[in-house]
Amino acid sequence: MAREPTQQELFQYVLRLGDNALINGQRLAEWCGHGPFLEQDLAMSNTALDLIGRARMLLTYAAEVEGKGRSEDDLAYFRSEREFRNFHIMELPVGDFAFTTARQFFIDVYDYIFYRALQDSADATLAAIAAKTLKECEYHLRHSSEWMVRLGDGTEESHARLTRAVTELMPFTPELFAADEIDQAMEEQKIGVDLKRIEVLWHEKVDRVFSEAMLERPQVSFTRGGGRQGLHSEHMGYLLAEMQSLQRAYPGLQW
Amino acid sequence: MVISQDGAHGISAGSYSGLTPACNEDGVTSVRETAPIEGAIKGVRQVLEQVADPEIPVLTIADLGILRDVRWDDGRIQAVITPTYSGCPAMQTIEQDIRTILRENGYAEVEVKTQISPPWTTDWLSAAGREKLLQYGIVPPAGSTAKQSLRAAASLECPRCRSTNTEKISEFGSTPCKALYKCNDCLEPFDYFKCL
Repeated sequence: MAREPTQQELFQYVLRLGDNALINGQRLAEWCGHGPFLEQDLAMSNTALDLIGRARMLLTYAAEVEGKGRSEDDLAYFRSEREFRNFHIMELPVGDFAFTTARQFFIDVYDYIFYRALQDSADATLAAIAAKTLKECEYHLRHSSEWMVRLGDGTEESHARLTRAVTELMPFTPELFAADEIDQAMEEQKIGVDLKRIEVLWHEKVDRVFSEAMLERPQVSFTRGGGRQGLHSEHMGYLLAEMQSLQRAYPGLQW
Repeated sequence: MVISQDGAHGISAGSYSGLTPACNEDGVTSVRETAPIEGAIKGVRQVLEQVADPEIPVLTIADLGILRDVRWDDGRIQAVITPTYSGCPAMQTIEQDIRTILRENGYAEVEVKTQISPPWTTDWLSAAGREKLLQYGIVPPAGSTAKQSLRAAASLECPRCRSTNTEKISEFGSTPCKALYKCNDCLEPFDYFKCL
């Protein structure tokens, strides 16, 4: 039955989106200065900047909804591992370039479809953030799709590495579509989006690019999840230790 | 309450400080009393139109369409700006520059408000801005943000030798707003201001 979502539920919904963007951005930024060549180094760093910019808008809004006087920085730097709500796929280590490309492609497809739908949110702030974000999602997706084809339909080595990457990553993708009661409440109020619809479109797009990239869809025999309940992999703690170290050591420090 | 800038009476920047609009009992500002506000709005606008983009200093924030509005809102002057790319690091510098220049010109009380809707688009780049970009060696966005031009600018003209025999090197250049191209005739690389 349709019911009005509580402020707490809206906070959680926005927080999840913010955490996904933040952790994905943090991981991708690790490539800065380590890219396989200069242009790709710039591309990954620029995409990471967009993601962190998106995280800032979402976490600022989440803090406002929460109404406890916390700021975007409080949410990013002063929460512990169990309080983060991102999907597992965001926190996995960067791996090799094929792994990073495949991860980013899966996320870019998701983000593009998700934010395109969220533009019509009944929540005016979420709709505005989505419209702004969508423009960037569009060229992120174009970029990562091109690289999937370049690596998949490239050399024997690049094809083998990309195949290994998508095989490792695929079990982490069902978590992206697992709706819980917060998603349902948000969807009923037209604030959130219908994840079942997103899932159908996601698979269509992934299949199209896979076929162009000469890749086979790997069989998924197990799945991983729990990020939204704050249950993370062993990698998350290390990521936060690095991301938060400065603010933890010198709380409130500013440039 | 938004007051039109048409027919604004110029007042010196200094006379703005402490300005409060006089309203009648209905809360409606009378015509005679709006004149100083209109003048101040015009003054703020003139000051802000000079703020340069820190990464492409030939362009001002007015050329870029970052400065959306200067208006009277809720008892004070409000300057409305919009971010270009979500993660553009120049935005913080721009905000700081805006506050500094306002303070220097006696407009310390102006509120700077960031607005993200409608989202910024390169369609808002002024004609003068496009020309300045080209002179600076950066190819301005091709056409408007209609879907076709978003896909890929087909054949960009080299800003140095005017050849259209050019190719894209990378979707991402030295700043988030630019892509990197190369001219196959004069062999020089050049930046393209992406259509967004």
